[in-house]
Amino acid sequence: MWGVFDERRPIYRQIAEQIKNDVLRGVLHADEQIMSTNQYAAFYRINPATAAKAFQQLVDEGLLYKRRGVGMFVSPGAQQTLRAERRKRFFTDVVRPMVAEAQTIGIPLADIVDHIQQPTDATGEAR
Amino acid sequence: MTLTITVNDLQVRYGETVGLQDLSAELPGGKIYGLLGRNGSGKTSLLAVLAGFRKPSAGTVTVDGLPVFENSRITRQVCLIRESGIVGDPTDSVRDTLDVARRLRPGWDAGYATTLIELFGLPPRKRVSELSLGQRSAFGVAVGLASRAPVTMFDEAHLGMDAPTRQAFQDELLRDFIARPRTIIISTHLVEEHSPLFERVLILREGRLLVHEDLDDLRAQGMSLTGPAATVDGVVAGLTILNQQQLGPTKSVTVSGAPDEVRRAAEAAGLEIGPVAVQDLFIHLTQPTGATR
Repeated sequence: MWGVFDERRPIYRQIAEQIKNDVLRGVLHADEQIMSTNQYAAFYRINPATAAKAFQQLVDEGLLYKRRGVGMFVSPGAQQTLRAERRKRFFTDVVRPMVAEAQTIGIPLADIVDHIQQPTDATGEAR
Repeated sequence: MTLTITVNDLQVRYGETVGLQDLSAELPGGKIYGLLGRNGSGKTSLLAVLAGFRKPSAGTVTVDGLPVFENSRITRQVCLIRESGIVGDPTDSVRDTLDVARRLRPGWDAGYATTLIELFGLPPRKRVSELSLGQRSAFGVAVGLASRAPVTMFDEAHLGMDAPTRQAFQDELLRDFIARPRTIIISTHLVEEHSPLFERVLILREGRLLVHEDLDDLRAQGMSLTGPAATVDGVVAGLTILNQQQLGPTKSVTVSGAPDEVRRAAEAAGLEIGPVAVQDLFIHLTQPTGATR
């Protein structure tokens, strides 16, 4: 893996985001052990201190917990906590930009609502 | 074992020319440092002083509390691989040079040296002077890593290396650093490619130390703001502007060290906020002092 991370933002925050997404999507389960900082560093070709900083942030946020001499694990309530956080941001982060774009190009909000309410096929495309 | 490097009011002069000045820094052991700066900014002078190859004109440089210059107790713990991988007598073969390093370096790992020579595909019987630039650089890396010196420094170790070799170098460096933490200082112009390896970064400009901080903190500092010129000017008033560009009515400004209020003000004003790459920050920060922005 070379250049997986965006050089323009702190890498530790990007690692933390990546792990949060894995927890949210259920790729990482409650009480599951995550990779060690050294495994992480070697895999992504980054400084181990950077990986450690990301893990520490997640511990501080209560999303990971440490078992001395064993490693880091996903906190039992992590997925719920993250879902609640993302729900709070959903309308500002996802809906507002979409509405702004719709207004810029002249799509009435009613059209958007209709589109969302149409049944979708397996690919997520409206039929 | 990790050793702390302490530099106090260091000055290096070459006759009338000042190579380094007012340079003070403490580098705790066990970290990978990136040493960045434009050509002629003093990177090689600093490395030469840290390795004891050159005597400070003024000020002090200590490793583990002891002066470096003419102090074999310390210089044996410090390994500097100079540009283009010249180590020892270039008319010696690769194998003979490794043999010399074995006798000079208390931490030398001959087995690891052989592994690296094979990994980089270097011919053991060939003279070092007959290697290509990329091969010499790889040879320098092999010697530097196999020395397992508590302070290991690479000056432009990547010169002439092709992409697969550079990647192998980064992998080996990280693998060995994780297994045996020590101080590693890498001077490089490949800012973007090498910066994920660094924990801290030192940036030199015209012989002075401009930046010494955690690389992720540096990454977080830069911000670009784009929008109508008057709005942008209002938001960035009083900030350190690193760069600005205008295209018609739209202006884009790169600022450094902006507080959160600025971000909020920019959001409220509808400006587009973007991050700034380390390489761009580096280019802007190291503008020669005489240049107009």
